[in-house]
Amino acid sequence: MSLASQTRANQSTWLNTAPDTSELDHISPWGLLRLRQQLEMGLPIAPRPYKALAEKSGLTEQQVMDAVQAWQGTGMIKRIGLVVRHRTLGYTANAMVVWDVPDQQVSELGRRLAAAPFVTLCYQRPRRLPDWPYNLFCMIHGTGRERVLQQLDSLVSAHSLDAIPRAVLFSPRAYLQRGGRYVSND
Amino acid sequence: MIPDSTSRRLIDMYQRGLPVCERPYEQMARELGTSEDDVISRLQSLQENQVISRVGPVFEHSRAGASLLAAVAAPDEQIDLVAATINRAPGVNHNYAREHTYNLWFVMTAPDEDTLENRLDELEHQLQLPILRLPMVEGYHIDLGFAIDWEAVT
Repeated sequence: MSLASQTRANQSTWLNTAPDTSELDHISPWGLLRLRQQLEMGLPIAPRPYKALAEKSGLTEQQVMDAVQAWQGTGMIKRIGLVVRHRTLGYTANAMVVWDVPDQQVSELGRRLAAAPFVTLCYQRPRRLPDWPYNLFCMIHGTGRERVLQQLDSLVSAHSLDAIPRAVLFSPRAYLQRGGRYVSND
Repeated sequence: MIPDSTSRRLIDMYQRGLPVCERPYEQMARELGTSEDDVISRLQSLQENQVISRVGPVFEHSRAGASLLAAVAAPDEQIDLVAATINRAPGVNHNYAREHTYNLWFVMTAPDEDTLENRLDELEHQLQLPILRLPMVEGYHIDLGFAIDWEAVT
């Protein structure tokens, strides 16, 4: 799809829902959309990365920096920095631990489990009965299965979770791992 | 590939907080006690060696658009084929094998909820497999920018 038609396709939703701030009112919304599409691919590794993004988005370097800072302020950008591929570095044991927690306890338990230093992701998702009974997810990125299972044991005993049904889904392989493509079609 | 001590410091210091200024890599080089050229070549090398996937922003999924965790139960002998089909679907950014009846887990993103549903319907039709659709209800901790334990990996 051409950028123009893609931009048209995305405009109605994106322009209405993007959490922009009044600081960006003076910048072309089309330019901001092109900038977001570029940013989803990453920051160029070159001496003037924001200038390179500006040239591709039809904005000025200052506008690009203003937009990135505003989006960090609104929380649409969570962080800017090096995105590590943990598997390459030896974090080969990636376990998704799922729990079937009574509904009235799930938020409170989720917050407690999230506080463990080795829990890298923790969130609630819906059950899909009868196929999927689990509603709380924790990810543990570790350097070995034994260690991850020990970490899981420590969670179970620290929070008295013996009676909570759970499953541990290790990942032997990543077929694809990259940043979110919300507004770009690559 | 295990990075040398300077590259480890680069990773330790800049998984977040990369400067927003005209010459960010020069500013990082000053912090690290090296040159802008050296930071740039280290970043390129880390990327070529798959230690980092990119330098860049990580977007907050709930503000950047729509996204969903999905899973399918692929027949074991077809898992690579099914995974390849999923990888080609628009908006897919993660796709992992996992040891379970639901053996492929992927994240699909889209600009809005309707587009996301349409993409999932289309993929379900292509795969001829039901897709388990698990939207986020509430996040308690979502941040993969955790400190690397270099002793554990070396």
